[in-house]
Amino acid sequence: MGWIGETVDSIKSIKIRQLLTQAITLGMIVTSALIIWKCLMCVTGTESPVVVVLSGSMEPGFKRGDILFLHMTKEPIRAGEIVVFNVDGRDIPIVHRAIKVHERENTGHVDVLTKGDNNDVDDIGLYADGQFWLHRHHIMGRAVGFLPYVGWVTIIMSEKPIIKYILIGALGLLVITSKD
Amino acid sequence: MHSFGYRANALLTFSVTALAFICAIASLSDNFSNQNPSAEIQILNINRFKKQSYENDEVSLTLDISADLESLFTWNTKQVFAFVAAEYETPKNSLNQVSLWDAIIPDKEHAKFRIQTSNKYRFIDQGHNLRGKEFNLTLHWHVMPKTGKMFADKIVMPGYSLPDAYK
Repeated sequence: MGWIGETVDSIKSIKIRQLLTQAITLGMIVTSALIIWKCLMCVTGTESPVVVVLSGSMEPGFKRGDILFLHMTKEPIRAGEIVVFNVDGRDIPIVHRAIKVHERENTGHVDVLTKGDNNDVDDIGLYADGQFWLHRHHIMGRAVGFLPYVGWVTIIMSEKPIIKYILIGALGLLVITSKD
Repeated sequence: MHSFGYRANALLTFSVTALAFICAIASLSDNFSNQNPSAEIQILNINRFKKQSYENDEVSLTLDISADLESLFTWNTKQVFAFVAAEYETPKNSLNQVSLWDAIIPDKEHAKFRIQTSNKYRFIDQGHNLRGKEFNLTLHWHVMPKTGKMFADKIVMPGYSLPDAYK
């Protein structure tokens, strides 16, 4: 009997207002992060303004774990630009350099062939069957800036998902137990 | 206010902010460097010039490339990616750029060079437009920094042309 009374007391002592304030603060933090991300997407013109380099095909310039800042404009792709593209049927974007560009006279349509700096052959083997060129709609953006090593956090979290769960669990615990 | 958690958090935030600031300053300092690279390219020989069995024209050539890219290197430069591209116009395409050769220059000591090489990548046209074609050879370079903004530029050398007949 006393034990039930204690539980009821502790439930009554949870201040509803404080709980709601905490929940709203958390919601604000999450939504402002989302707003910043969406603004970045607008400003840079690409769906993912920041990508992590996953393979060693652009070494020694870009190593695995570096992050690249992307930007996309209406300007056509030119040779030498480092582009990030998706091949139909694969979901991992690839970061390579454009080595051949052919731009059509009237339509402005561009055929692009890419190659990783550290690869011996061009990317024809990576494109879909029967595809010999990349087109505008495959390309997500051009790499304009670079930060070393910062992407390892993302790589570790996606390759060992247990770490992701531990991190989110710890963050959740921190939020619930914090006094403000 | 003085628990380990708060202190670790403050330390982490401060160090990340300081690192980000240093990276930004390093990248900005690249804008102030004075750059004047130079290059010269000669075509030594046209080795082969043929039509790929009913399809597109293909050329194989030997180039003599000499360049001095030392002034591109700053303290924030990790490497310079240089490549030579042939640029030309055809009736169907307003611009064609075909990379013929490239190299990664890891440091200033290697930045002044002269090499003679045949084209590393195949010079293939989209069509049969290359006979007698005049084209530019451009030396492009891409400065890849240790951190921050990458920038690129080029030197255009016009006035090269291919023979009028297949060889």
